[in-house]
Amino acid sequence: MMRQSKTTRWFVLAAVLVGLGVAGLSAQVPYERLRDAAQTPQDWLTYSGTYSSQRYSELDQVTPDNVNDLQLQWAYQTPVMGPWQASPIVVDGIMYLTQRPNDIVALDARSGRVFWIYEYPTPAEHTACCGSNNRGVAILDDKLFMGTLDGHLVAVDARTGVELWNVEVAESRLGYSLTLAPLVVKDLVIVGTAGGERGIRGYISARDADTGEEVWRFWTIPEPGEPGHETWEPCPPNPTTYCDPEAWMHGGASVWLTGSYDPELNLTYWGIGNPGPDFYREQRPGDNLYSDSVVALDVDTGELAWYFQFTPDDPYDYDSVQIPVLADIERNGVLFKVMLWANRNGFYYVLDRSTGRFLTGTPFVSVNWAEGLDDSGRPVETPQPFGEPTYPGIQGGTNWYSPSFSPRTNLMYIPAWENYGTVFIGEAQEYEVGGSFVGGRPTTYTAVPDAPTVPGLTRGPINTWTDESARGTVMAVDALTGERQWSFEMTDVISSGILTTASDLLFTGARSGYFQALDARTGDLLWRVNLGGQLVNGPMTYELNGKQYLAVIAGSTLSTFALRED
Amino acid sequence: MSRGKVGRIPIAGAVLCLAVAASPALAQDHEEYDPADIVYGRTVYERECTICHAADGAGVGGVDLRNGPLRRATSDRRLGMVITNGIPDTGMVAISLDAAELAGVIAYVRNMNYDEENVELGDAVRGKAVFDGAGNCLQCHRRDGEGARSGIDLTSIGARRAAGALRRTLLDPTGTMRPIDRPVRLVTADGTTVTGRRLNEDTFSVQIVDEMGRLLSFEKADLQELEVARESPMPVYGDRLDPEALADLLAYLVSLKG
Repeated sequence: MMRQSKTTRWFVLAAVLVGLGVAGLSAQVPYERLRDAAQTPQDWLTYSGTYSSQRYSELDQVTPDNVNDLQLQWAYQTPVMGPWQASPIVVDGIMYLTQRPNDIVALDARSGRVFWIYEYPTPAEHTACCGSNNRGVAILDDKLFMGTLDGHLVAVDARTGVELWNVEVAESRLGYSLTLAPLVVKDLVIVGTAGGERGIRGYISARDADTGEEVWRFWTIPEPGEPGHETWEPCPPNPTTYCDPEAWMHGGASVWLTGSYDPELNLTYWGIGNPGPDFYREQRPGDNLYSDSVVALDVDTGELAWYFQFTPDDPYDYDSVQIPVLADIERNGVLFKVMLWANRNGFYYVLDRSTGRFLTGTPFVSVNWAEGLDDSGRPVETPQPFGEPTYPGIQGGTNWYSPSFSPRTNLMYIPAWENYGTVFIGEAQEYEVGGSFVGGRPTTYTAVPDAPTVPGLTRGPINTWTDESARGTVMAVDALTGERQWSFEMTDVISSGILTTASDLLFTGARSGYFQALDARTGDLLWRVNLGGQLVNGPMTYELNGKQYLAVIAGSTLSTFALRED
Repeated sequence: MSRGKVGRIPIAGAVLCLAVAASPALAQDHEEYDPADIVYGRTVYERECTICHAADGAGVGGVDLRNGPLRRATSDRRLGMVITNGIPDTGMVAISLDAAELAGVIAYVRNMNYDEENVELGDAVRGKAVFDGAGNCLQCHRRDGEGARSGIDLTSIGARRAAGALRRTLLDPTGTMRPIDRPVRLVTADGTTVTGRRLNEDTFSVQIVDEMGRLLSFEKADLQELEVARESPMPVYGDRLDPEALADLLAYLVSLKG
């Protein structure tokens, strides 16, 4: 379903022809172009920019010296309200992004004028837990791919906006939805299923890009007989605790952010969400693999190469869906091929991405649910007394907002919440098909009775929770040790991702509506502008006709900036 | 209105009776809510709603379930439709509830503004005399266009704060002062000292209302000093008033609906 006139179609075709240059009409973005995306920084071809998910760009036209000359170039406003968590991609001068609930918008990346809009008819009764989120599209050749709130995956012609195929990946009736931007590798479109608060059994599904047919599936909760199933221990029947021998079938372990890929190892990495019910672990004793883990899968077969679990038997909703950041770092003559992970549970981890071996882990915010990590990276738990706050709180030390790694500074940049705790109360809950399945309630801790607490997902224009509930910090840590190098503290919390560039600039924002540029080496504030709406996604950059653009979504508006031309 | 211990539901009924005259759109007999529905509804709310709306009902920007107004849910039937059908193109998704859950969550949302604890409410007419007399509230606060501006405007405080919260404020002003309301003292670049009450703040700027009622906004980088006090200038009324007068004052504050 879409809207456009015949005239518009001709314009689209003409524009695409101009944009394509020598690429021709077929195979606009072959796999090789995705694999080598770091070499074409004028484009932004995947959710995080490249397969290594560093949200780092080699573009360097905008520098610390001229960043004050940034000027608004154009803006696009969505007619649909609600936190806009999408990250656009840019291909040969065309920007593709999604807007609520399930539209794809193709527009001119130079002017912001819209070529076409594809509107997926999302059923009103979808069960996505946390709003009508969609975080973006993936591209392969001339096809765009988008997951939908009712659990479908659609392919759309990138030139015309016409739907090519539409397959059901997961049953919406059972609580499944797709909110992430797919990951395309070779001829596969890979998605994961959301629904961790709806009693799903999560999985990652790889689909044939031409047909949508499933090529492989990795269940994020192993079934009986598979390794790891023993971590869903039998729960003695008890009518008051709703212990269920088949708890694993409703154990959550969702996937709602895009994974990464290492072409040399042929492994794709995915972060897995919380076990369910979220807050009542007595109902699901055991470590609950592969909830709150990262899994490394053979991209051709979906077979598990290794896993690492960050938070075993989690009662705090510490989804481990953060973007897996892949980096090669040389230090003291040794090359470390690592995965960097600032986790929602408050610890910063470095893993060997070839084997999954734990290298180091250290808290990056206040943590009291564990006193540390043992030699294998397993937390040494220190559960708090009933009624006392747990740090970090339910939104975590960080969450879905993309971190960034700069290979120039070898620093990992984390959007973090500090001074933020939650009082968790777990309660037994009976599973009902497709219904909410969280097992209790979280209450954000504030030292002042009756004071407003920091909102979990969205905020109004007044910072009513000032000082007491949480503070946002952009922090830079040594990528290999986690040692903090600098902090940029904000009055408000942060839900914005981070972009770094080859000129050592760092772009990020805050829920207050500021879009700001910091010096990536020092954390000094260099430039800012108030865009008037909360930033809940990751800034990105591209280049067109010799001009570097920065694109960011704040509130209901996508704005782009470039250096003034005078 | 009777004196002595009154529970949450009678308070709700009494307070809303006062509200009816001023706001016909809200006219509903809240005493119809079954206390068991409210208790059950809270569990449903916490399971289905807190993840977005938060425990205090203010988790979604621009939507305050506890204090309203709820423009799309001016009746319980409409509130039920919003919950059942969602609001297209917004974060409000359709939530599938059975009849008992729906009745419960509606009852709870309609009663979020009332504390669970038993709060002793006195006589609002006598309370007005305390407010204007011994309490000397207008020395700092405003009501219906009269009084001072250093404290928050109390014209509709009964619609915005629960009775229990108001009582806690009277007994412990510093411990319960909302962070955003804290007194601010700042010194500008030219050495001028400005005092007022904080209205908003972000990383780079602060917005205040001064004692003259002027709305002022400052860039932090331009200031020589910026102090945000944690001590409330409000007296502890538990020390100033006897329990009866305190209960009367509380009843009057609860009746202030704007």
